[in-house]
Amino acid sequence: MPPDSKPTIFINPAKCIGCRHCEIACAVEHSQSKDLFSAIFENPLPKPRIHVLPMGAYNVPMNCRHCENAPCMEVCPTGAIFKDEDGAVLVDVDKCIGCKMCAIVCPFGIPEFDALTGVMFKCDMCPDRRAEGRLPACVEACKTGALMFGTIDEVVSQVRKETAEKIIKLKEGEYKEEYNGWDLFRSFQAEVIRINEGESK
Amino acid sequence: MKKYKEVSIDPTTQKMYERAQELGIETVWERLEKQQPQCGYGLLGICCRNCMMGPCRINPFGGEPKRGVCGADADTIVARNLLRMIAAGAAAHSDHGRHVALTLLVAAEMAEKFKKEGKPVLELDNMASNTLPYQVRDPEKLKAVAKRLGIETEGKSIRELAKEVAEVALRDFGKQDEEPLEFLKAYLNPKTYEMLEKAAEKAGMPWFEKGVLPRSIDREIVESLHRTHIGTDHDPVSILLHGLKTALGDAWGGSLIATELQDVLFGTPKVIKAEANLGVLKEDYVNIVVHGHEPVLSEKIVEAAQDPELIELAQKLGAKGINVVGMCCTGLEVLMRHGIPIAGNFLQQEMAIVTGAVEAMVVDVQCIMPATVDVARCFHTKIIDTSPIATFPGAIHIKFDERRADEIAKEIVRTAVENFPNRSKQRVEIPKEKMSGYVGFSVEAILEHFGGSLKPIEEAIVEGKIKGVAGLVGCNNPKVKQDHNHIKIANELMKRDVLLIGTGCWATAAMKYGIFLPEYADTENVGPGLREFAKEWGIPPALNMGSCVDCTRMLVLADLIARDFNVPISALPVVGSAPEAMTEKAVSIGTYFVASGITTHLGVVPPVLGGPKVVKILTQDLYDIVGAAFIVEPDPYKAAKLMYEHIMKKRKELGI
Repeated sequence: MPPDSKPTIFINPAKCIGCRHCEIACAVEHSQSKDLFSAIFENPLPKPRIHVLPMGAYNVPMNCRHCENAPCMEVCPTGAIFKDEDGAVLVDVDKCIGCKMCAIVCPFGIPEFDALTGVMFKCDMCPDRRAEGRLPACVEACKTGALMFGTIDEVVSQVRKETAEKIIKLKEGEYKEEYNGWDLFRSFQAEVIRINEGESK
Repeated sequence: MKKYKEVSIDPTTQKMYERAQELGIETVWERLEKQQPQCGYGLLGICCRNCMMGPCRINPFGGEPKRGVCGADADTIVARNLLRMIAAGAAAHSDHGRHVALTLLVAAEMAEKFKKEGKPVLELDNMASNTLPYQVRDPEKLKAVAKRLGIETEGKSIRELAKEVAEVALRDFGKQDEEPLEFLKAYLNPKTYEMLEKAAEKAGMPWFEKGVLPRSIDREIVESLHRTHIGTDHDPVSILLHGLKTALGDAWGGSLIATELQDVLFGTPKVIKAEANLGVLKEDYVNIVVHGHEPVLSEKIVEAAQDPELIELAQKLGAKGINVVGMCCTGLEVLMRHGIPIAGNFLQQEMAIVTGAVEAMVVDVQCIMPATVDVARCFHTKIIDTSPIATFPGAIHIKFDERRADEIAKEIVRTAVENFPNRSKQRVEIPKEKMSGYVGFSVEAILEHFGGSLKPIEEAIVEGKIKGVAGLVGCNNPKVKQDHNHIKIANELMKRDVLLIGTGCWATAAMKYGIFLPEYADTENVGPGLREFAKEWGIPPALNMGSCVDCTRMLVLADLIARDFNVPISALPVVGSAPEAMTEKAVSIGTYFVASGITTHLGVVPPVLGGPKVVKILTQDLYDIVGAAFIVEPDPYKAAKLMYEHIMKKRKELGI
């Protein structure tokens, strides 16, 4: 893979349905057994590295952006944070001293502290899976396409293609908005929020 | 944490919510927040857990997966889930009805046994003996019900009639023939009956033998579970048709039996003035909150609280007396029949405990949060569960038995009284707000008020003084600011001269805001026509018809009007609304309103949007099948407008 086309996990909040399946899949992937039915009995319990946040009528999955110029990596005093060949920003638990500087500088609030082991943990883009050519656990778990795995080129070219198709259909008068239960629900949800927060008209 | 003004428009809830936050007590609103985001598959109804090949979910954005492992698509899954909700709601109401019918039967049999044993009891034939735990308090209603059912009343004792009526009711639960329910046949007007008989044929499914007319209350619920089992019914149309049938078994079966036989046993409500809201709790008294849905026990609690011995005990322990108040629909039952004050609706159950002034919350079934036990742990309050089918971990279990009703009720009241010294006085904080209102508008009371017929209402409708009637029902839901939609929709409809009738948590909400006072007609929230009508007849602009199981009173009223107009119910300028719906029972009620011909609004989006065909059936196609459909609209202003437009359309069709 050329260095300018490193893979990453893209998020599309418009398609996030809030099922939090990504959180469960992530925790299972980072458990000792990698099996749901065993993972829930492990001690300590595995933790997810991705979190779905409700934001009004939208849900936003928040995970590590694996920044090109990762501030966490720059600020780490022991050099515990490093990048692997795919550009994934990882924590070397042996070097980590739990100073939490990475959490302080991260603009997305991603690195978390594990009080039990005294080290930081964060999304590692599932190295075992990548080695096998499989999707990261959260992406595989997401059935709506709110999480996508690929290079930036792959993702934007896909969006470009879809929009181009839509433009032509619009021009030809063939464009029909498909029934979308979630968008319909969200429009109701936006009303509910408006009413609960204040008066409606 | 939410701001107190965001959770409710009720000042007592606002105060108690603030108080709970002060004390660090978790309530329903924090729990809702912790549940965010709620799973969209569930919200849209496209999650199926009906077999172990699953769980399956469908991508609502059109991509894969489009089908569950068995091949069911979004519409099949949504319809199946909805049918299971209807079945659960119908089951809750109907099991309540069964309990009442069994109580009537037990009462009649005990009277018979006493008679045989030659026990010295007064007026045994009228079952008016004090030695029996339950009596027929309204023999006239018993006779009226018997007559409706075609039971010969001449020369029969009340005891014999009670037994016969109870037996017909119980037969409706478990009969195996294809004939529609006896109670339905006795109560539903022929024109609506005919429509329902042909409903399935209109939907292209002529193999439904009697259309969507229910044959047996229990059977339709069981069949709902059967149809939704893996690999059985997959067509959203037939699944939903059976939904109508199951819900109708609730309406004209289970719920109707509950209402009618409760009236027989405990008396038919008459117009009475009473009070509502947390301000009805009294600082110097032993406060007992009866909460849940079945009045079979709470009737006895009310009696036991008047026991001189127990009052004396309360006084000895430093209280001035015993104050029984209601909550939710149990509260409405004792409010309607005895004017017992009601402390609040669904979202106030935790708030009542937070006052620190409740010695015991006595709970039976339905809509009682297990969280009450956790909140009660922060105070001296005892939660006493009484139903053999509803046990609360951490509560005191004093299970109920009709045969020993008096004894058990006294034990419960005594437990509450003895808890009074444990109250920490400095932690008591009771909001002052309460409101009075007129309640008790049973169909019988309405008929009596209007001189024996509904003519005055009907004439006012024809004249256009009142444009139509809206039946408002049930629930609070923490997703909606408590009571906000209830009150806004009520006001918006009354402004447009729509007469309101209502039940359940809507009725408690309306009462708290003074809507059940005749003076409310003078406010700007009531249109000139409705104001004039209310003043002429000395009624409030909205009538409290009871608990949520009493939605059948609204149906019976609609049925009488339909008979007078000689049309099916669906032709009337009548609408329904559940502005803050929450329960599966509300889903069943909404469905049976629609199935009976009353277009119904839901203020909370039900979990169906994932199935486009289902949405179309529910909001459009049902107009052709049963003459009514659902309106979904969270905005109370828009909702009231849509409901009003429906009323005006029906007026036009009727030529009035």
